[in-house]
Amino acid sequence: MKVRYFAWVRERVGKAEEDLDPPAEIATVHDLVAWLARQGEGYAYAFENPGVVRSAIDKRHARADARIAGAKEIAFFPPMTGG
Amino acid sequence: MTTTVRLQREPFDAAKEAAALARGRTDIGAVVTFTGICRADENGEPIAALNLEHYPDMAEAEIGRHVEAAFKRWPLLGVSVVHRYGRIAPGEGIVLVVTASSHRQAAFAAAEFLMDYLKTHAPFWKQVEKAGGKTGDKTGEKIWVEAKASDDSAADRWAPAPTKRETAS
Repeated sequence: MKVRYFAWVRERVGKAEEDLDPPAEIATVHDLVAWLARQGEGYAYAFENPGVVRSAIDKRHARADARIAGAKEIAFFPPMTGG
Repeated sequence: MTTTVRLQREPFDAAKEAAALARGRTDIGAVVTFTGICRADENGEPIAALNLEHYPDMAEAEIGRHVEAAFKRWPLLGVSVVHRYGRIAPGEGIVLVVTASSHRQAAFAAAEFLMDYLKTHAPFWKQVEKAGGKTGDKTGEKIWVEAKASDDSAADRWAPAPTKRETAS
């Protein structure tokens, strides 16, 4: 699946997007965040406070308990500040 | 009904957009135009500009979902939303919401609803480019704007949210 990062999540991870193939036991957004946080210093920093980071599955807002099976694209970003 | 959702780097002309929405129609009795403008200060500190990052493929879809929700909720005859991204200088417009209806109540309410949801749900992130202030900040230093709890409560008052999936936890 493609994983995209925006704003300070992107800056901390150090890349805008990547293709990832997480282990089969990673079932939810919450699981994916916990797994990502173990992938290096930048990831750990980006997800140090997982309650803050928002997510979207296939361009729709998703909650932490949303299942990721079949997702083509998952995005992580800070709370939005548009408008 | 007429719907326009547009993301663009360049400035917009609010009067032109409002005129385009109502052109040639005699059923529209009320047009509300809201423009969000870049201020020259953030938290009392002077800024040089705002830089807006966005999630291109999602932003249009997300705004479109809220426009759809507004049409379901009020008797609207037209909605236009224009949101800019990239570098925006103080005094320039950031976002434009135009709503049209037969009567003013629906147009006012829908414009406010759309703005409240845009601020909290549309995937845009503002970064302040500092102009150098009294606290010794460096000119050009870039700081991400933090989301405000007051914006969340402004959006919450329209609950129930359009759909459960559109509400981030």
